[in-house]
Amino acid sequence: MEKQRYERPIIRRLNTGVMNKFGTKTEYEPVTHIDDCAVKDLIADYGSPLFVISQKTIHETYQAANRAFNTRYPKVQFAWSYKTNYINAVCNVYHKLGSWAEVVSGFEYLKALKNGVPGSKIIFNGPDKTVEELKLAMENKSLIHIDHLDELYTLTELCEETGIRPKVAIRVNMDTGIYPMWDRFGFNYENGQAWDAINKIVLSDRMDLVGLHAHIGTFMLTANAYGVAAKKLSELALSIKNKYDKKIQYIDMGGGFASTNTLKGSFLSGTDTSPSFDDYAEAISTAIMNAGFVEDELPLLILETGRAMIDEAGSLLGSVISNKRLSDGRKATIMDFGVNILFTSFWYDHKISPAQEFSHHTEDSVMYGPLCMNIDVVRENVTLPPLKRGDQVVVHTVGAYNMTQWMQFIALRPAVVMIDLEGKPHLIRKRETLDNIDQQEQMPAYLKEFKL
Amino acid sequence: MISLKKNIAISESGFVFNPTTGDSFSLNSVGTDILKLLKDGKNEKEVKTTVIDRYDVDGETFDKDYYDFLKMLGQYKLLDAS
Amino acid sequence: MKKQLTIAITGLNNIDSPGPGIPVIRALRDSTEFDVRIIGLSYETLEPGIYMHEMVDYVYQIPFPKSGTDVIFGHISYINSVENIDVLIPNFDAELYNFIKLSGRMEKELGIKTFLPTMEQFEARHKVNLEEYGEKHGLLVPKSKMIFSTAEIPKLAQDFTYPIVVKGQFYDAHIAYNQEQVATYFNKIAAKWGLPIVIQQFVYGTEVNIVALGDGEGNMIGAVPMRKQYITDKGKAWAGVSLDDEGLIKQAKSMIGSSKWRGGMELEYIKTSDDEYYLIEINPRFPAWVYLAVGCGQNLPEALVKMALGEKVEAYDSYEIGKMFIRYSWDMIVDMKEFEEISTTGELGPKKRTPVD
Repeated sequence: MEKQRYERPIIRRLNTGVMNKFGTKTEYEPVTHIDDCAVKDLIADYGSPLFVISQKTIHETYQAANRAFNTRYPKVQFAWSYKTNYINAVCNVYHKLGSWAEVVSGFEYLKALKNGVPGSKIIFNGPDKTVEELKLAMENKSLIHIDHLDELYTLTELCEETGIRPKVAIRVNMDTGIYPMWDRFGFNYENGQAWDAINKIVLSDRMDLVGLHAHIGTFMLTANAYGVAAKKLSELALSIKNKYDKKIQYIDMGGGFASTNTLKGSFLSGTDTSPSFDDYAEAISTAIMNAGFVEDELPLLILETGRAMIDEAGSLLGSVISNKRLSDGRKATIMDFGVNILFTSFWYDHKISPAQEFSHHTEDSVMYGPLCMNIDVVRENVTLPPLKRGDQVVVHTVGAYNMTQWMQFIALRPAVVMIDLEGKPHLIRKRETLDNIDQQEQMPAYLKEFKL
Repeated sequence: MISLKKNIAISESGFVFNPTTGDSFSLNSVGTDILKLLKDGKNEKEVKTTVIDRYDVDGETFDKDYYDFLKMLGQYKLLDAS
Repeated sequence: MKKQLTIAITGLNNIDSPGPGIPVIRALRDSTEFDVRIIGLSYETLEPGIYMHEMVDYVYQIPFPKSGTDVIFGHISYINSVENIDVLIPNFDAELYNFIKLSGRMEKELGIKTFLPTMEQFEARHKVNLEEYGEKHGLLVPKSKMIFSTAEIPKLAQDFTYPIVVKGQFYDAHIAYNQEQVATYFNKIAAKWGLPIVIQQFVYGTEVNIVALGDGEGNMIGAVPMRKQYITDKGKAWAGVSLDDEGLIKQAKSMIGSSKWRGGMELEYIKTSDDEYYLIEINPRFPAWVYLAVGCGQNLPEALVKMALGEKVEAYDSYEIGKMFIRYSWDMIVDMKEFEEISTTGELGPKKRTPVD
C-alpha cells in the first residue's frame, strides 16, 4: 500500500470569541511557480533566499499605469524612481518601456548615466546635491529640482561661474488634507515660500524654470489628496504665466502611490483598499484639466511612481531553518531571510505562501528571520500549514525598497533573478561573497598578524 | 508511560473535546491518528511503528515532531499526570 | 403561493450586544409576500444564530474581511453553487467595504443581488469624514478630528472642550473627561480596530435614533424613530420605544434626499434641550433593533429585498407610535456534535440543499 503524505502532527485549540481585526486568515494557497519557473528549481539553481523579479508583471503594471493616465490626459511621462529598485537590469526594463530616470543622489545620478539615460531625461531630486553633482547635472542639461534656498543660491553661483543656463523646477510641499503632511522637502505653498523661490528664480534670469514638482507622501491610500496637490501646482503654474508670461512645461506629481501590500495595523487587505492607477489618474487629470490652462498649453504630466510599479513584480523565496516552541506555547518558525533583506517587513504584513502542497490544517506562528537579533521578526502572527525544516515559502509583493534598503548585516545579500517575458530566468545580481565585502577594507600592517 | 486522559473524545473529523476543562481542539490527520493510538493505550514504540508504516516519514523526523506534539498535549492538559 | 427566495445573511451574533442578522431574518420570515430559505454566513463558531435552526436553515463559515475580496468571492461562489442565493444582506460595518466592492461581480457572475450603498456613499458617511458630510448635506455635526498618535492628545484641548468622545473607525466609543482617559481609550481601541482614532466633541442632550431605508434615488421608503429607554453596560439598547418625532423624520428624509442613500441605515442623533439635532453617527446598514420597525408596521428588510430584486416599492407613510421593544436573552441547549460540525467542516444546519447541476 502506498504511504500517505506526512505532515507534522498539529493540535490547535479552537478559539472562540468575537470578530476582531486579527481574524483567521486563509493565506495558505500554495504558490509553487513564479511565472513558469518552479520555486524548487529556482532555489536549487540560485540558492536560498532568493529575490525574483517577474518582467511580465512589470510590463503588465506599467501598461495599466500608462493606460490609466494616457486615456485621461494628453501628455504623460513616467520617470523610474531609482531609489525604489536600482538594480541596473530592473532600471533598463523601465527605460526600455519609455521611462526617464528619477534620482535623489549623485550615486543614483551616475547610475542612470551609466545605464545610458540621456542627461536631459534625468530628473535630479533630493535635498543633498553636491556642487560637483550640480555642475555635472547642469552640463548634462538634466532637470534639477531645487529643494531648499541654499541649493538655489549654490546653483545661482554655479550659473555665474559656468555661464550655463540650467533647466530647473522647484519642489513644493503643501497641505493636501492628509496626515502626516510632508513639509520637510521643498518650499511650502501655503506660507508663500514657494512663490518667494519662484520670484527669485525668475527675477535672477539665470535659469529656466521649466517645471513644478510635488511629492505629497508615501503609500497614499486616498487618491483625492493628489487632486488637491495637482490643483495647487496648476494654480501656481497659471499664476507664473499671468505674472511673468512664462509657460511652465511640466508638472511632476512625484510618487507615493500605494501597492497592494497590507500595512501593519490595517483592518482590511491592501489588495482591496489601495487605490488603483485609475483612481490616482482620475484625481490628477481632472484637477489639471479643470485648472484653466489653454488647451495647447497643458503642461506635460510627469509621474515618478516607484512602489506601485514594481512591488508586485518582486517575490522573495526562502526556506525554513527550524521550528521552535516558545515558552508560552506559541509556535515559531525561523526562516533563512529576515529584516536584513526584507526591510519592508517593518511596515507590512507581507503575504507569505508555502511553495508546496499541504492539507487544510494550519497553525498560528511567529515568523522569525535568521539574525541573532531580537528585532528580526518577519511576521508577528501568521497562519500557515505545518512547515518543516527545508520547506520553501514565497513572500509576495517585495519588489519595492527591499533591493535598495537591504543590509549586509550579519549575513551577505542573496542573488536576484529576473524571469523574462518567455519565462526564462536570468541572474541579474550575484549572491554576495566575502571578497565583495573584504575588497573595500584595508588592514594596517601592524594589525596583520596575531597569535592566539 | 504516557497516556491520554480516559475521558477524551476523539471524532473521525479530528475534533477533540476535553470534558474536564471544556476545551475543544482540531487536529490534522497525523495528529488524530497519534491521539487515537494513545487512547488505545499504545506505547511510544507502537505509535511510532504505526505512523511510520502509514505515512511517508523517517524515524528521526517523527521523533522530533512527536516530542513537540506531546508537549502540546501536556500543555493542553490532555495527558494523565502519571 | 408565495414566492420562494434564498437569502444569505451575516451578523448572526445575537449576543448581549447583538448583530442585526437575526432581527433581519425575523423580519423576512414575517413577510407576507415571500417564503425564505435563510443561509447564515458566520465568522465565528459561537454566533448564536448558527444554532437557531428555526431562524437559519443552513450556515456556512466565511473568511474574515482581511482575507481580501478574492478569497471571499471564492467562498461565496462555492456556497452559491450549492444554495443558489437570490439576495445577500451583509450586516457588519467591517465587512461592508468588501461586499460593496464585490456587489457588481456577485450579481454578474453569480446572480446574487444586494441592495447596498455605493462605495462613495459608504466612504463619505464614515466617522472620519462626518463633519464634511454634515456640511455637504446641511446637517449639524459635532466637531471631530482624526488622530494617529497619542502625541496628538495634549493638543486636543485647543480645539475641544472636555468631555470628548473617543471612537474607533468601525466600532467602539467612550466618553473621556481628561487627557489620560483619552490615552487609555486610544490604546484600547487602536489595538482592536486599528488607526485612526476619531475624536468627537461631546454634545449634551438626549440620544435619539432612526432606522430608515433609501431607494437610491432620493426617496425614503420608510423610517421609524426610537429612543433607547435603558441601555446595557456596553451602551447598547436594552429597551426602546418608537417616537412621534417629526423633526427626526425630516432629518432622515433630507439626508436620504440629498445623498440618494441606497439601502438600510441607522442615524444616531443627540437632541439638545434647544431641539437641535446633532448627527453623531451614520450606520450604513440596519441596526439590531430593526425589528421594532416591523412591529410598528414597517417591514423595512422585506422592502429592501424587493428593491434588491428590482421591484418597485411603495413608501411607508405611517408607523405605530409608542411601541416598545425589550430585549431578552435565552439559553439554547446545544449538542457538542453541532459545535464540532461547524468547527471542523465550517457548515451546519438541518437542511443542506443537494447541489443541482
